[in-house]
Amino acid sequence: MLKKKPAACFVDNKYCPGCGHGIINRLVAEVLEEMGIYEESIGAIAVGCASLMPETFAVDCIQAQHGRAAAVAAGIKRCRPDKTVFTYQGDGDALAIGFSETMYSAIRNENITVIFVNNSNFGMTGGQMAPTTLENQKTTTTPRGRNIAETGDPLNVINMMKDLNTAYIARGSLTNNANIMKTKKYIRNAFEAQQNSEGFSFIEILSPCTTNWKMDPIKAMEHIEKNVTPVYELGVFVERGEKNA
Amino acid sequence: MEKLIIHKESCKSCRYCIENCPKGALYIKGDINEKGYPYVSVDHEKCTTCGICYNVCPDYVFEIQEREV
Ligand SMILES: Cc1ncc(C[n+]2csc(CCOP(=O)(O)OP(=O)(O)O)c2C)c(N)n1
Ligand code: SF4
Ligand code: SF4
Ligand code: SF4
Repeated sequence: MLKKKPAACFVDNKYCPGCGHGIINRLVAEVLEEMGIYEESIGAIAVGCASLMPETFAVDCIQAQHGRAAAVAAGIKRCRPDKTVFTYQGDGDALAIGFSETMYSAIRNENITVIFVNNSNFGMTGGQMAPTTLENQKTTTTPRGRNIAETGDPLNVINMMKDLNTAYIARGSLTNNANIMKTKKYIRNAFEAQQNSEGFSFIEILSPCTTNWKMDPIKAMEHIEKNVTPVYELGVFVERGEKNA
Repeated sequence: MEKLIIHKESCKSCRYCIENCPKGALYIKGDINEKGYPYVSVDHEKCTTCGICYNVCPDYVFEIQEREV
């Protein structure tokens, strides 16, 4: 099977060794390229390590303010419904400061695709607790482990979204070849849903933050298999398949 | 015939490819690339060009090309 990185991905991405962002960037580029739409797509890119993406990604991108990527994407899509519009966001961005923008884009069933990277902490700023941080997980702001009596349960946003009127919602991971291929399929389904005007599509991807987890990359993937996936179940949660937006 | 190409300068030594290669064809010798990472090499005798290493690599190190026989 011939393989070559997509033209939209440049080498020397700025991520740490073993970071999942590099794989996810490539999957998005592969899908857009295979659909023949990468030159006419627009990304609204979050702050955090997501903001390193446009440096090595040859798709038109707008840098959104912290948390606002879904609102920015909705604005672009409403002005240019002919474009394929997506966000690329971390969990701190999409679910902490940007929770309202993310949820209201889903509630309004905006015809955009949200690529949501769940690495269970604020990566770029040094590994602080995010809404997705697991119970007892040590971060720089929860040095004794996250105490859910004080901070609430880890936020499973798909549980909050799946009963809304949306087009496509799925959660994938990157822990092995099979999971990476499934995640790619979910991303493809999401972009196809947008092209068919089915409405809001949301792909959550469980991803390692090797640096802030202070884990060897292989151990980080094992941690996702063993400890993260049981909390954030993988699979397709909403699949509409008809015009809706 | 197909051949696996390694762009060694992009490798960051995470070892995902080594862990996932079903043929045990990949290894790190210890030679270091310009960025300072010990990079991955392949034993072409063992490689079946299945493409799994391409899929799991976060740094676009692998390419599978047609090779003249
Ligand atoms: C208004 C504002 N407040 C705070 C920051 C600092 N800041 C930069 S990135 C970030 C969090 C990023 O975390 P996440 O979205 O999980 O992305 P990751 O880096 O883990 O991929 C914060 C709080 C900012 N850039 N703007
Ligand atoms: S800090 Fe974490 S999320 Fe950011 S590039 Fe490094 S490993 Fe990836
Ligand atoms: S192509 Fe397949 S067999 Fe060859 S090195 Fe990569 S994973 Fe191993
Ligand atoms: S997966 Fe890529 S970056 Fe990681 S060790 Fe293998 S070739 Fe190097």
